[in-house]
Amino acid sequence: MRLLVLCAIPLVTALAVLGLPAFRGRRVPVALLVVVAAAHLALVASLWAAPAAPALGGWLAVDPLGLTVLTLTSVLFLVTVVYIIGHVRHDPPRSGRVFAGSLLAFLAAASVVALAHHLAMLWVGMEATTLSVAPLVFLRRDRRSLEATWKYLVVSSVGIALALLGTFFLASAQGDVGRPLLLPDLLAHARELHPAWLRAAFLFLLVGFGTKMGLAPMHTWKPDTYGEAPSLVSGLMAGALTSCAFLGVARVTEVVVAAGLGSFAQPVLITFGLLSLAVAATFIIGQGDVKRLLAYSSVEHMGLLVLGLGLGGVGAYGSMLHLINNGLAKGWVFLVTGNVVLASGSATAAGNRGLVRTLPVSATLLVLGLFAVTGSPPFGLFLSEFTILRAAIDGGHAWIAAMMLVTLAVIFVGMAALVLGVALGEAAPGAVAVRESPWLVAGPIALAAIVLMLGVYIPGPLHDVLTRAAVALGGRGP
Amino acid sequence: MRGAAQIVLLLVVLSDLAVLGTSRLSSCIRGIAAQGLLLGLLPLLIAPQLSVHAVGLALGTVIVKAVVLPWFLAWAIREAAVRREIEPLVGFIASQLLGALAVALAFAIASRLPLPAMPQPLLVPVSLATLIIGFIVLTTRRKALVQVVGYLILENGIYLFGLTQTESVPFLIELGVLLDVFVGVFIMGIVVFHINREFDSLDSTRLTELTD
Repeated sequence: MRLLVLCAIPLVTALAVLGLPAFRGRRVPVALLVVVAAAHLALVASLWAAPAAPALGGWLAVDPLGLTVLTLTSVLFLVTVVYIIGHVRHDPPRSGRVFAGSLLAFLAAASVVALAHHLAMLWVGMEATTLSVAPLVFLRRDRRSLEATWKYLVVSSVGIALALLGTFFLASAQGDVGRPLLLPDLLAHARELHPAWLRAAFLFLLVGFGTKMGLAPMHTWKPDTYGEAPSLVSGLMAGALTSCAFLGVARVTEVVVAAGLGSFAQPVLITFGLLSLAVAATFIIGQGDVKRLLAYSSVEHMGLLVLGLGLGGVGAYGSMLHLINNGLAKGWVFLVTGNVVLASGSATAAGNRGLVRTLPVSATLLVLGLFAVTGSPPFGLFLSEFTILRAAIDGGHAWIAAMMLVTLAVIFVGMAALVLGVALGEAAPGAVAVRESPWLVAGPIALAAIVLMLGVYIPGPLHDVLTRAAVALGGRGP
Repeated sequence: MRGAAQIVLLLVVLSDLAVLGTSRLSSCIRGIAAQGLLLGLLPLLIAPQLSVHAVGLALGTVIVKAVVLPWFLAWAIREAAVRREIEPLVGFIASQLLGALAVALAFAIASRLPLPAMPQPLLVPVSLATLIIGFIVLTTRRKALVQVVGYLILENGIYLFGLTQTESVPFLIELGVLLDVFVGVFIMGIVVFHINREFDSLDSTRLTELTD
């Protein structure tokens, strides 16, 4: 019941906002957004306290993997919505109805993805997340955002179409064994699945959902989309949407591992992971726009997620922890970048200098965010990246560990060059300090606090859930 | 019934090739509408007996793929006053040759797949051929609107493969898939409409402002 309500609240409010005449016009129904986000998070918290019974005949259920993604999405959504309270005062969207409706539709779709234990339902939810975000990317309605929306739609739609084919392949692999496409049945009868179809399903689902994650070489939409979408939308995409897509990859990996084909899946995952790291490192050097920079950083972190999954062992735990760390950190940094764009109109190095003087709080958060995102201690990303590195060394893959270290170092240098230049440096003559409203900085500060906490202390229940998720993925806890 | 289904599947391939060979946007859309209608007939012809599931799927498919989406795309052309030629990156004859190659390839692949014995041996090869031809249309046509048609053909190919799994994919999910395709094409259509207004052209190769 709770699971149904969890999906229904945002869905019903989304339909109401899009359909009812009361929501016409530019005004954004912020109070409604906050109430829905808070109710959603409260329900998610209740799932941590007491497990919920599966709903819809087992189609919706909670497991450690899904709960991690669901919680991350819910927290990030609430923070984003609080940020929106401050943001709409300075930069109201052209249509409050489309803005709020799309955000709520995204929350509903992401909840379905996180809870879906029917893999075709997972696909339906995943496609819905893609579509719900498209109007948000197109929010400014100028040429550049048009181009970005088109690329995003075409590339993601083709990717997700391949994932649908992969889902059908999985049904072919299953044949008449157990209830079709239901995760528990697939796992229970994993050894009876047809291996050739299962391999094909894995490849198609990895490429399909990998396109949505933005793994190289399917990442081409990402810098354009994150660069042109409003920063808070980019933050939701880089933090929550990509995590949902990773969940899709994790689900099929779960099945493949249970079928005893882990040795087939792992090299493929590792290849995509290393390629993404290499591509990110190449394009981060010399990047002149903070949002595009963060997009390539997202390619890097998606690479780390599948790398950890591919390495197995503690790597799976590292990936799960990294999923949370990366999601929260991306939300933090993109929201702060949103403040920069609000103040100066752009996120480019050319348009921003010496932000510590004009935007002291945001600039400080941006610099701290740089260190967090690049995996510096004491932030959580250091811990999770180190866990993935340890998995590489434990597994005897010295060259993977070496490549990881080299690309991470290059990425750090590339990111630091741009971010420090924007934040420090001489302010433009005549620049004055801008008042930063509490709404615009409270969310990023809260996210920064959680990421910092995860670097030094992981709460017991979280550790427990992550460990169980890692075991389901064929790995183990630290 | 089996014979009828075979004929419909062959007509699907012909509609693929027709879209590849046409130089006019309007016939391209008529092609995709015809294909939608054929796809709507298939669940009825394939199902061992008429069930609510098969009839519902057939109805939904016809409404979305043969009526609403083609009508919407035709509306977008009219409203945006698009020039009626398709302007391919690869010539029509060459595209049709590629299409024929795709059909041959699809049959070759399908014959090697470890498939259980199926009442409709043509379903999988036709599905793969449609899938590949969708890709060809998507990548070799300049107009954004024709790329939407390519995406629809690609989706149709996957739908055909899905028909091999009708017993295992519940009706609700099929409706969800249809709804997603519908909303997807709808949003793409709106974006296409704006592209035309902003750039005075539906030529997606002009979308080149965003680079590193």
